[in-house]
Amino acid sequence: MPAFTLDDMRSIMGGCAGVPESLDLGDDIGEISFAELGYDSLAVLEMAARIQQRLGVRIPDDAVEEMRTPQAAVDYVNRRLAA
Amino acid sequence: MTDTSPRRARRASRDTRPVFTGIGVAAPNGLGTAAYWAATLDGKSGLGRITRFDAERYPVRVAGEVSEFDDTEHVPSRLAVQTDHWSHLGLTAADWALRDAGLDPATLPEYEMAVVTASSSGGTEFGQREIEKLWSKGPGYVGVYQSIAWFYAATTGQISIRYGMRGPCGVICAEQAGGLDVLAQGRRLLRGQARVVVTGGTDASLCPYGLVAQISTGLLSTRDDPERAYLPFDADACGYVPGEGGAMLVMEDAAAARERGARPYGALAGHGATFDPRPRPGREATSNLRRAIISALEDAGVEPGEVDVVFADALGVPERDRLEAQAISAVFGPHGVPVTAPKTMTGRLYAGGAPLDVATALLAVRDGVIPPTVGVRAAAPSYELDLVRSTARDGPVRNALVLATGHGGFNAALLITATDPS
Repeated sequence: MPAFTLDDMRSIMGGCAGVPESLDLGDDIGEISFAELGYDSLAVLEMAARIQQRLGVRIPDDAVEEMRTPQAAVDYVNRRLAA
Repeated sequence: MTDTSPRRARRASRDTRPVFTGIGVAAPNGLGTAAYWAATLDGKSGLGRITRFDAERYPVRVAGEVSEFDDTEHVPSRLAVQTDHWSHLGLTAADWALRDAGLDPATLPEYEMAVVTASSSGGTEFGQREIEKLWSKGPGYVGVYQSIAWFYAATTGQISIRYGMRGPCGVICAEQAGGLDVLAQGRRLLRGQARVVVTGGTDASLCPYGLVAQISTGLLSTRDDPERAYLPFDADACGYVPGEGGAMLVMEDAAAARERGARPYGALAGHGATFDPRPRPGREATSNLRRAIISALEDAGVEPGEVDVVFADALGVPERDRLEAQAISAVFGPHGVPVTAPKTMTGRLYAGGAPLDVATALLAVRDGVIPPTVGVRAAAPSYELDLVRSTARDGPVRNALVLATGHGGFNAALLITATDPS
């Protein structure tokens, strides 16, 4: 059971960056890039800040580059938590 | 040589005057143009005790709030989280103005659409929230959107992005006067590459930090009764009431508007702007507002006798009221022109106030009626003003002059004129 799930990610996205205009956060958005969902680099930075606050893990700025999709962000966070 | 005087040249170029084809209003006494105009003609005020936060311990407790405005209803959530309340009002009004103009930005060349808005306070409510996070939790809790939400050009930028308007964009910060200066800047752009300009302004600074900044001028009314708090030109004047909101306008090249079959509300015929001398201790304050008025009339090629109404800046501070009344009487003669201040129903909206006055002037031209100044029982006789009090006054309105001054010495005057049906 991963410590950080796609649903957690959805809640952070909606809570701090707003919902995408064309899609529902409940849709199958895991593999769609943040850019395609309408979340720019500022939005991803904001989400990373919220994840850090919620889980107490530090996410370096260059890791944000790696978080291209919601699923990639979830995977990254779980790797950090497992380490 | 007889035909080359500047005035003749301007009169000859009447056809090239930019026209206003869309209006969007978010005002304390009405959300949407129709609601605002109906309330304004009825003399219905939007002033009341501040409800947005507990203002009981502040010296200013009355304001004009845009109530019944729900951000989530008007602004998409991805955009709402990135922007301050002031931009929410601006984005909403811009959307309404474009719809009113019947313009679909997606069908127009992106580099021929421009955005120029006025702002006098930026995103203070957003800023206050983030500063609270900074001192209570630490820098890691300050949201990233603070970097873009607070600054003066945020509303311009977000409108430009939202509609793909990539022509020349900008912001003018000259307090209330900036709301007229942006329209003059829009006219300049229409003489260049732009065919459509989204312009006007909103302001919204009714949070503790924003209010304290306004109180520092010493010009605000501290009276608790909303009906007696803002009385410009009255012997009982005691400062002004602050408000939030404003208006966005769509301004177009006249020929382009005609070509697409748009029905203009009116045209921008003239603009003048001046700056006041620095106040010096021991010397009476002076104003260069009169010179701004004369410049606007000359620019328009309109004689004082042709002006049907003056929308006053109406600061409600006795010394400033006297200077404004002197400027008006100097140009139009004692009791020489009807003067009105519908902002007595909204409070002073700063960069949003002057565009709202222009919207009101355009509606006055359309309907042939001058909206009232509420609350004022009688203009002080020494001002020699024909103040339109209590109830609206009927009569054709072909030329309307809008005045605005800005804290720090800005003066602006703008002349709206009726467009002849073609």
